Amino acid sequence: MLNSRLRPLGLALAGLALAGTVAGCSNAKESSDGGSSSGDQQFTFWDPYPQFDGSSDWVKLVSSCGKDAGATIKRTGYDTSDLANKALLAGQQGSSPDIIVIDNPVISTLADAGVLTSADELKLDTSAFAENITAAGVVDGKTYGVPIGANTLALYYNADLLKKAGVDPASVTSWETLNVALAKVKAARGKGITFSGIGTEEGSFQFLPWFWGSGADLKDLASADGVSAVNLWADWLKKGYAPNSVINNTQTTAWQEFATGKFGFVENGTWQMGNAAKLGFKYGVISIPGKDGGAAPAPTGGEFVSAPVQKDAGRYATTTKIIDCLTNPGNLLKTDTTLSYIAPIADVQQQQVTQNPKLAPWVKAVGDAKGRTSDNLGTNYPIISEQMWGAFQNAMSGSASAESAMKTAQEAAASKVK
Amino acid sequence: MSISKTADRTSRVATRVSTREERPPRYRRLLGWAYLVPVLVYLIAFYAYPLYRNVELSLRDYTVRSFVSGDARFIGLDNFREVFSSPTFASAIIHTAIFTFVSIAFQYVIGLALAVFYNQNFRLSGTLRALFLVPWLLPLIVSASTWSWLLNSESGVVNAALEAFGLPQINWLTSPTWSLIAVIIANIWIGIPFNLVILHSGLQNIPDELFEASALDGADAWRTFRHVTFPLLKPVSAITLLLGFVYTLKVFDIIWIMTRGGPGASSTTLSTWSYQLGFGSLLPHFGPGAAVGNILIIVALVFGLLYIRYENAQAKR
Repeated sequence: MLNSRLRPLGLALAGLALAGTVAGCSNAKESSDGGSSSGDQQFTFWDPYPQFDGSSDWVKLVSSCGKDAGATIKRTGYDTSDLANKALLAGQQGSSPDIIVIDNPVISTLADAGVLTSADELKLDTSAFAENITAAGVVDGKTYGVPIGANTLALYYNADLLKKAGVDPASVTSWETLNVALAKVKAARGKGITFSGIGTEEGSFQFLPWFWGSGADLKDLASADGVSAVNLWADWLKKGYAPNSVINNTQTTAWQEFATGKFGFVENGTWQMGNAAKLGFKYGVISIPGKDGGAAPAPTGGEFVSAPVQKDAGRYATTTKIIDCLTNPGNLLKTDTTLSYIAPIADVQQQQVTQNPKLAPWVKAVGDAKGRTSDNLGTNYPIISEQMWGAFQNAMSGSASAESAMKTAQEAAASKVK
Repeated sequence: MSISKTADRTSRVATRVSTREERPPRYRRLLGWAYLVPVLVYLIAFYAYPLYRNVELSLRDYTVRSFVSGDARFIGLDNFREVFSSPTFASAIIHTAIFTFVSIAFQYVIGLALAVFYNQNFRLSGTLRALFLVPWLLPLIVSASTWSWLLNSESGVVNAALEAFGLPQINWLTSPTWSLIAVIIANIWIGIPFNLVILHSGLQNIPDELFEASALDGADAWRTFRHVTFPLLKPVSAITLLLGFVYTLKVFDIIWIMTRGGPGASSTTLSTWSYQLGFGSLLPHFGPGAAVGNILIIVALVFGLLYIRYENAQAKR
């Protein structure tokens, strides 16, 4: 009789204990693995290259750099658009990775959040790196990381189609000559140009060469130059030089449109070089023209290697060694060839061109390029960028004129920037 | 004397017996509480705490720095004021209302029509009904990507069909006028199976005698539907509409994948706006994003309470 009374009570208490354990386990914070007594310390490494698995050259390089510094690296690849949020959450929970490779415009956001250590604290030497590329990671005069490589935008052209239309690619040196070329391609039953004008950072990235090429500055979106850049895109849609799908295109879908062979030009980047070799027609690369001639400054893509703040400052010495290993001129050639980037150091760039002459126009483009968060725009850049993409989306879809769209964007941006 | 003593003893015994029956022993009460505790822990951990955190997120000024260090300033209703005064607010509310009501109206009507059709139980009706479930079973990203592909301005099948009939091409996903309509169409397609399944099972519960009676009375199909089927389906319809409403209010994946809130803000709803504020740009605005999320919760709550009032009114009748 005693048993039958106590059994339900026992079950209930067991259920209580289980719930308590589950709640307790989910709340337990991961303790940082600072002082493990076994030979090699474990260092966490996050990068935005989920396409590379354990057998890839990149991961092998990372592991060997870790071993040389006396650490075993635990590496995880995340989707690049996710990584910024994951880094912020990790910072909040105190479980940041030891090393993070992250897209360059996010560096200033993370630095502003207090999540990253500066190069001075790490005793990292950044003098060898090209200044225009490193500038993206400079906030208030302090550098928060080193570039691992850069890529940028240029115009790929369909050589066969241009020949058929009677266009000489070398003649495309300004907006006017580009429009003339597009008209000729359209007359020859081809489609002019495609690009990505989507309402995300990718669209802003593609818009910036035209914006900067008109002479405009991100601090004043509504200037006449800025409006002329938006009008350039909106007119292309009106005249039929660019397809309507650019409003939703990502850079990948724009490339797929170009690969059909029907387009004369596509605005795309270094990372497509591998795919370009597989095109079914002859292609070439030219710099994006500025409004009145010359090459337009294109924005730099590419990641920075940075070290998030750790509770145990003793780990920084090993972290610095690993970062040095990944980015010293000796290893940089291998890293950037694996990632299809242009090296951020002038000597290594020359080595790359010697190895692969097709890289020459890209090295030139990277030399003309500019960081999006440079000019100390830092965390103001995302605010301005968001308004800018809203403006050209509205202008291209016809819901506002270029002037009013940019004016609204500038007012909104000015009210929100610090 | 001995009689009164016996009487006293009896009354004392009686008192003790009645006490034992009125108050359950302590361990039984504790047992009751012990069974409740796991459920309470679950509700608090997975419902109350996230809700509390969300409300707190909307009442504080979260910059990236304060998000990481956890010491965000309390700013009261400033985030809500920012949301209400934003130019996107009016569009978001109107689009959410249009999206929800139009989707549910079409989903319900088409689902009901199909349920009545399948109620006839002809040969192959089971197989066909199972096939109709496919839109609901597909992962949303597959459905949304397929619809994006179908509705592409240049290379989509829909525009090719329109061209074949001599109609003008429509920029489904890139025009401010058509983007909301495009996502509504995709959402209706996805929501029909849910209505079909629930309304069909509701129809099964209507006794056959009623249909026989109405046939004997000489009512045709439409009058039978109006006066027999539809009134008896009211409770099932009410729950279908409520569930559909609360679900459609939160729809995010379809809109985000197809148009990301549309060129400009032409297909932005409260849920896509909340995501856009929080995660749509390089610089997250968690406070306003949480504020929009809370507004969504309040709207859903109001309709939930209306439904409960309707249920109580039904029960009283």
